[in-house]
Amino acid sequence: MPVTGQRERGTRMDKIARIDMGAAGGPKVTVGDLGEYAGLGGRAMTSLMVAAEVHPLAHALGAENKLVISPGMLSGTTGSMTGRLSVGCKSPLTGTIKESNAGGQAAQVLARLGYAAVVLEGKPEGDDLYKILINKDGIQVIVDNSLKLMDNYPLVEKLRGEYGDKVAYMTIGSAGERKLLAASIACTDPELRPTRHCGRGGVGAVMGAKRVKAIIIDDAGMKMRPPKEPEKYRDANRKFVEGLRKHPVTGEGLPAYGTNILTNVLNEAGGYPSYNFKGGQFAGSNNLSGETQAALEIERGGTATHGCHRGCVIQCSGVYNDKDGHYLTKQPEYETVWAHGGHCGIDDLDTVAHLDFLDDNIGVDTIEIGVTIGIAMDAGIIEFGDKEGAIRLVEEIQKGTPLGRVLGSGAAITGKVFGVERVPVVKDQALSAYDPRAIQGIGVTYATSTQGADHTAGYAIATNILKVGGDVDPLKTEGQIELSRNLQIATAAIDSTGMCLFIAFAIMDQPETFQALLDMLGSFHGITMTGDDVVALGKKVLSAERDFNTRAGFTKHHDRLPRFFYNEPIAPHNQTFMMKDEELDEVFNW
Amino acid sequence: MNVTVKLFASFRTGRFEIESVDFPAGTTVADVADRLKLPRTELGIMLINSRHVKLDRILAEGDTLALFPLLGGG
Repeated sequence: MPVTGQRERGTRMDKIARIDMGAAGGPKVTVGDLGEYAGLGGRAMTSLMVAAEVHPLAHALGAENKLVISPGMLSGTTGSMTGRLSVGCKSPLTGTIKESNAGGQAAQVLARLGYAAVVLEGKPEGDDLYKILINKDGIQVIVDNSLKLMDNYPLVEKLRGEYGDKVAYMTIGSAGERKLLAASIACTDPELRPTRHCGRGGVGAVMGAKRVKAIIIDDAGMKMRPPKEPEKYRDANRKFVEGLRKHPVTGEGLPAYGTNILTNVLNEAGGYPSYNFKGGQFAGSNNLSGETQAALEIERGGTATHGCHRGCVIQCSGVYNDKDGHYLTKQPEYETVWAHGGHCGIDDLDTVAHLDFLDDNIGVDTIEIGVTIGIAMDAGIIEFGDKEGAIRLVEEIQKGTPLGRVLGSGAAITGKVFGVERVPVVKDQALSAYDPRAIQGIGVTYATSTQGADHTAGYAIATNILKVGGDVDPLKTEGQIELSRNLQIATAAIDSTGMCLFIAFAIMDQPETFQALLDMLGSFHGITMTGDDVVALGKKVLSAERDFNTRAGFTKHHDRLPRFFYNEPIAPHNQTFMMKDEELDEVFNW
Repeated sequence: MNVTVKLFASFRTGRFEIESVDFPAGTTVADVADRLKLPRTELGIMLINSRHVKLDRILAEGDTLALFPLLGGG
């Protein structure tokens, strides 16, 4: 029986929909005003709401947890790069608060429908599986058991038959339905491919626990969100786009090669973890590099330049075809290529691309699963470098076998089950493609982030390795605490705007581009925004997240790296992680 | 003095990926960049033996020099 929410139209992002999946008599939709959450979006919305409304000791897969879906503050406007969607909850993987964001079309479409947040609450009794249709007429929650255990690609294909191609889809694959701790939520790109994932922290398992398989978002009949000061907004956006086009990273490197350009950089710098963090370089790196990948994509009739959402001017993605020229997957990201590549001793891009497709299809985090496969290799389940074996293990996750369920629950669980000592996680979330012994700054972020190990939470690689936005020596401890602190604050703010984090490369180096961003935020709301306002927003978000984690039982002793990073030096620099505990404890003292 | 020079991303276009090159003693990173016609403004990451260096760094026998334009990702 469909349940219809309040009928409302408008282009203002001025309402919050709450869907009680566990209501007596079936799911119940309530649409209300913004109240205390007025002016928030993205990570600010998800984190402040989770911190205020979710019991910190709740079971993440229980009725007390909430899944908050929120477009960024500027999503749904004519502004470029504003297509990030935040999903927040208590994480079943880490037990901390979680915000995981993705590109794709969903944020723009949801924002134009006027929703600052859609909140999935409660948990239904029984086995029924639901889909949620959001359009100009309201919200319908519909039972659809024909979708059971479908994976993302066939699932979206089936839904397209019903709802067409002019909508955005958010879906979970079989992993989310099975509530595996590495499960993601997929968002479709402009070509309706389920390739843009809220990957980290098991947000897909929370959606699965609420028995929601798909959210179909249709903005037909809706308009762009209007700025308070349209001319000023248009002018600021123009300057912002000029700045992105002018900067070598956002204007040349990312469009031409994508994020995987970093394989050679990190390998040359000795910060590329190989064979489950036993080495800092990988002999097969050139076969995995962004240069090799881009040439292969073009040679096979794919593309090395593609945007994940309309309005993106950076176009860091691409299309990866198989050797017969058929679509295999989107251009795998650097961290994906590393996790399934050098981390596993695999130097074959076709294998990595196949694994990327499987991860997207099943609906799991590519970083968590790649790291987990490497741990399974370290445990001797398969050998390092075993390409077919790696594919077979990921297919176990798809089948839902007991082994697959262990692997699909991530690195920490797999390490425990198989007695592996070297398990690269913080707060049970896997580290990614940057070794903290060779790059001390990223170690500070891994250790202290509110999210568990997460390179994006404070991307010290920019300043330590890439020399964008300053220059801090990656092999020394000096300056790293302040660097990570400032980056974590800035990132929490950017994650709230709906802006892609890659704008940071340009705004860190070009003051006029940062000013253009401030002017976009200000003119949209008819106020003046300063750098201090952005910092205040970032601190507000981080403080709420830290407070939630404290109430959930996390202390400073959780803000540490696994001991092997302190005890085992890594080649070629033969260094350990040298930041002192007391220094790490200063990151959030501002 | 023999040095291994590695080029990456757009620097490879019309040049090479890796070459073993003889330089006179006292050659700096800037000298190598000039010889390869790499505009200084485009130089991003410069590494000798996996460590970041500046343009005025003098090369030594057996060094591996890696040159990248400004790059980002993540």
